[in-house]
Amino acid sequence: MAGNSEPLTPRAKLAVTAGKAAAAVSRAAGRGSGSVIGGRVALRVDPDLLARLAGHLDVVLVSATNGKTTTTRLLAEALRANGPVVSNALGANMPAGITSALAGGADARYGVIEVDEKYLAGVARDVAPKAIALLNLSRDQLDRAAETRMLAEHWREGLSGTDAIVIANADDPLITWAASSCPTVVWVAAGQEWKDDAWSCPSCGGVLQRPSEDWFCGDCGFRRPAPTWALSGDHVIDPYGVAWPIRLQLPGRANKSNAAVSAAAAAAFGVEPKVALERMYAVQAVAGRYDVVTYLERELRLLLAKNPAGWLETFSLIDGPPTPVILSVNARGADGTDTSWLWDVDYTRLAGHPIYVIGDRKLDLAVRLEVAGLDFRVCADVDEAVRSAPPGRIETIANYTAFQDLRRRVGN
Amino acid sequence: MSDSSLRLVWVYPDLLSTYGDQGNALVVERRARQRRLNVSRIDVRSDQPIPTSGDIYLIGGGEDRPQRLAAERLRRDGGLNRAVANGAIVFSVCAGYQILGHEFVNDLGRPEAGLGLLDVVSVRGEGERCVGDVLADIDPRLGLPPLTGFENHQGVTHIGPSARPLATLRIGKGNGTGDGTEGAYNDTVFGTYMHGPVMARNPQIADLLLKLALDVNALPPVDDQWYEALRTERITAAGQPA
Ligand SMILES: [Zn+2]
Repeated sequence: MAGNSEPLTPRAKLAVTAGKAAAAVSRAAGRGSGSVIGGRVALRVDPDLLARLAGHLDVVLVSATNGKTTTTRLLAEALRANGPVVSNALGANMPAGITSALAGGADARYGVIEVDEKYLAGVARDVAPKAIALLNLSRDQLDRAAETRMLAEHWREGLSGTDAIVIANADDPLITWAASSCPTVVWVAAGQEWKDDAWSCPSCGGVLQRPSEDWFCGDCGFRRPAPTWALSGDHVIDPYGVAWPIRLQLPGRANKSNAAVSAAAAAAFGVEPKVALERMYAVQAVAGRYDVVTYLERELRLLLAKNPAGWLETFSLIDGPPTPVILSVNARGADGTDTSWLWDVDYTRLAGHPIYVIGDRKLDLAVRLEVAGLDFRVCADVDEAVRSAPPGRIETIANYTAFQDLRRRVGN
Repeated sequence: MSDSSLRLVWVYPDLLSTYGDQGNALVVERRARQRRLNVSRIDVRSDQPIPTSGDIYLIGGGEDRPQRLAAERLRRDGGLNRAVANGAIVFSVCAGYQILGHEFVNDLGRPEAGLGLLDVVSVRGEGERCVGDVLADIDPRLGLPPLTGFENHQGVTHIGPSARPLATLRIGKGNGTGDGTEGAYNDTVFGTYMHGPVMARNPQIADLLLKLALDVNALPPVDDQWYEALRTERITAAGQPA
């Protein structure tokens, strides 16, 4: 199965070449890696290119609202135990970016592919994956994204006939509902800290009951499936009941959850949990996230939180008070232009931390924190915020474009 | 109200709290506490009865299917109608606003009966979704500064004779009828398409609800510097292309 057993058609080769040329031009023009533009050009020359490029690979797709980039990295590390992997490691997760990433992996055996939620069903149709890992679904980018439940519905329909083994988080009712139409599902009790999108039964609209870790609908009987894998504290429990320790450089419960799903997915490719989990330790930072950089004599830990569920997970991993916290929020196109999601985040969790507020929408955040009864300081920019904080570790939490701004400024 | 305790009811957070509108409850609660009022906030899930003894009821926006489910359950429950008959104040946003009217179009494309608490009827708009910053002048009878908010809806709401427009638009689509109106209200029931959430950008509306509930003409001032800074910024932004 390994290697390039089926050569590409001349048209596909031309498409790959055209895509690489476009990417090179884009890079030379100083516009980033050029992977998306390259993929777009290539797909125009050969619309079936994605399917062709994936033809010689064992592919696993990863999708979720939060954690897909990190999980893709963890799973790619795990599968490298068995052979070369190609992956869209930089998070270009729509068809053009995926095409571009796969075009660079002629010698790979596995494709580990992060897919934007809206494109999952389509990409799954194109690349005939061997496995699909589904982590969580929650509200994100309100002013333009499809409604969360509609997205689950879209997955449910699009994946119902898939031949892939679906590895799904049984603790997320929306994920469970989306995946339960699939013929083969491996359920993982991967946890779910954010529950506000999961009070309404996705099947019938009844009120979901959530006694401790269980959940069920009293109206229609839709309920949490029995998991075969589970995250339990710092361990992954495999289907034989064996507990394997999770050791990660990445912080937080959410990343343990990502590791648990990755271990279950790796097992579908014959990688033992022990081997998979040991390899995951190598992942240190993911596209700058979790990185610690020294800036103006302080150590800034850079944390990305794009939506309420992401902020909640981030609050649970930061160092306690009196560690200072810098919060940065923008509302540009890629963030969604509506900031009302700030009110779904429980900022009272930051009580006791010195808080510094920056970003395009610092005033929205200021009102939010005022109403939460917190002390905070609004700063003109990151430099002012960093200088205002005492020397030492600073937790820096930013949403998407604010995070990119921050990386550029602090030289990460 | 005879004593200084105030009952704030947040209606159906399991169905109608998608667009940060629980911020309205947070702002009202905060501003009441800043005036040293005793506040109890009651969050009522859609499988629980609506208490009829509340002073202020808040209803948020939501997606199409939850909106239908909320309307069905509120009609069956009847508690909100009884509360309004007892003189309670209701403030509603977007999907919640439509539910308070006589009728709206549900997720199945069919007319769905509302609660009839506000003399409005809503239909689905034909054009593009209304998304963006809004600026409007609130009915001068209410004595409030300009309304700033963020809209994100496809509804068109027609106002009947026993309700008045909440505001007149300077920028934005509001009720979507093309007549320049935004929101609607009568003596005790208010509706708007404004998110943001609307109270965070217009804390004077939160104060208005408190004054109506307490039956007073004025409240002690609170520090509004961040609200005012945000208002200035968003009012300027509304006039500029996105
Ligand atoms: Zn149900």
